[in-house]
Amino acid sequence: MATTTEAATGTPRTRTRLLEDERWLAFFLLMPTIVLLALFIAYPFMKGILLSVTNTRVGVPGEFVGLAIFEKVWNDGIFREAAWNTIYYTAVTTVFKLALGLWLALLLNRHFRGKAFIRAFILLPFIIPTVLSTFAWKWMFDPTFSVLNWLLREIGVIDQRINWLGDPDLAMGCIIAVNVWRGVPFFAITLLAGLQTISPELHEAAAIDGANARQRFLYVTWPLLLPVTMVVVLFSVIQTFADFQLVYVLTEGGPANATHLFATYAYQIGVRTGLLSEGAAISLAMFPVLFLVVIFQLLYIRRVETR
Amino acid sequence: MIEGAKWRRWVYFHIPLAGFLIWLLFPFYWMMITTVRPDGELYRPWNAPNYTPFWTNNPTFEHIRYLFAETLFATWLWNTMVIALAATAISLVCGVFAGYALSRLKFPFAGSLGTMIFVTYLVPQTLLFIPLADIIRNFRIGDSPWALILTYPTFLIPFCTWLMMGYFKAIPKELEECARIDGASRWQAMIYIILPVAVPGILSAGIFAFTLSWNEFIYALVFLSSPQEKTVPVGVVSELIRGDVFFWGPLMAGALLGSIPVAIAYSFFVEHYVSGLTGSVKG
Repeated sequence: MATTTEAATGTPRTRTRLLEDERWLAFFLLMPTIVLLALFIAYPFMKGILLSVTNTRVGVPGEFVGLAIFEKVWNDGIFREAAWNTIYYTAVTTVFKLALGLWLALLLNRHFRGKAFIRAFILLPFIIPTVLSTFAWKWMFDPTFSVLNWLLREIGVIDQRINWLGDPDLAMGCIIAVNVWRGVPFFAITLLAGLQTISPELHEAAAIDGANARQRFLYVTWPLLLPVTMVVVLFSVIQTFADFQLVYVLTEGGPANATHLFATYAYQIGVRTGLLSEGAAISLAMFPVLFLVVIFQLLYIRRVETR
Repeated sequence: MIEGAKWRRWVYFHIPLAGFLIWLLFPFYWMMITTVRPDGELYRPWNAPNYTPFWTNNPTFEHIRYLFAETLFATWLWNTMVIALAATAISLVCGVFAGYALSRLKFPFAGSLGTMIFVTYLVPQTLLFIPLADIIRNFRIGDSPWALILTYPTFLIPFCTWLMMGYFKAIPKELEECARIDGASRWQAMIYIILPVAVPGILSAGIFAFTLSWNEFIYALVFLSSPQEKTVPVGVVSELIRGDVFFWGPLMAGALLGSIPVAIAYSFFVEHYVSGLTGSVKG
């Protein structure tokens, strides 16, 4: 401790000498990061746990109630529906994003004119603020003025209007579609980067050995692409599992709570209704799943790195 | 790469690629066309006769005028810009420092610290927003830009650190050792020798952090309440809708104009952005 104060108050020379020491330099370089992360990640995490074992509301300091809040949340029908929705939403969107993203990556992995240009444009759904692009979709799903309804009617598929976001089953489908739309560019571009690290000679060698296109994909491309794919999928799973913006803009959890996810329901209860403890508990309910994914990812990365 | 007859090329390449492009870009076209379409044409039912949704012969700037004259849109743009730039600057400084320390220096607990920072990289904002809102209130920075400038780095720093570690690891140690032999201190070697070489990495991290801050929604939604403090995404969501009435013209104009700063930043640094994106998952 004495040396720290000396470093702070000492002459420039002692300061320089301290920075020559690897440990002090590392300490100095890491300090701002550690302070920020401790204040705004670790502290809120502890505070969230504290909140969820009390019965705090906005403006009303709570008292310790043990696991009563968790029990209440667990027995809440809407919470269970939100939990199920989140799992369903994450699973379905991830499968589609991976399949379509891989397809797009394979298309972009060829040589053609204007490739850089097209690649730049394809990332737009991922770059543009999600809330804003989701509004464009909400406008396209509008019950009265939907351009999709117009299009479907023009090509003769429907003669009754479709109430895209007003029907519980359709609404979830729409949210999934928008999430896939936003996520495919991310999958495509990262998988494309993975594809480009695969040497073309491997493909040539396999072709000479008589492998057809399908076999070359299955036995050369896919195994080599697997590490990148795993990491991309795990990232996407975390983001999708904790998603908020899409549902907030498109349906706000409706109709009749049919499209709530953990995050939107936590917002509904914790912020809109002001039941802070319940809201914090609903958010924390995501933690076990996120924790498992993170552990899995850490183990996986370590295995890949040590190989 | 493309082999076989011409029709095969169409079926396996041109048509799918065109399909992807239309699907991925149509919403932006729809934003644009709605922005310049007069209200009379906008609110025509889906089954009205002679309806040409994909084009308009009477373009108008009325919605854009409304946005700037009748709403606080210009203020939101300014707020978002200030917050995104400040949060990016803080995150870059922290991320570059931390990345350098973790990839180049030997010190106790280096490994576990690196793992901890990586784990915070994966913490989604929606996990902590309720207790964090409480903390922001207690720190008395609620409803001010500081609420976001200080909290955005929590999801930007881990990413910047992660990306910079990759860059620093790729720079040969000899470069630094040469400078040290010539009499540079560790600090000088880092600032004058290593940082300039790492500029592409810093640009990637910066552009990525900037788009992420511009995109952020839930913190801005929960921590800010006065209309003049809001960012573009939150302002558009909360102030352009009156009850159940959506003003689609101004809404789409807001969505379009609110996207332009990110799109411009992105277009200048596409390559850096892409390498940041792919670096962010490869490490």
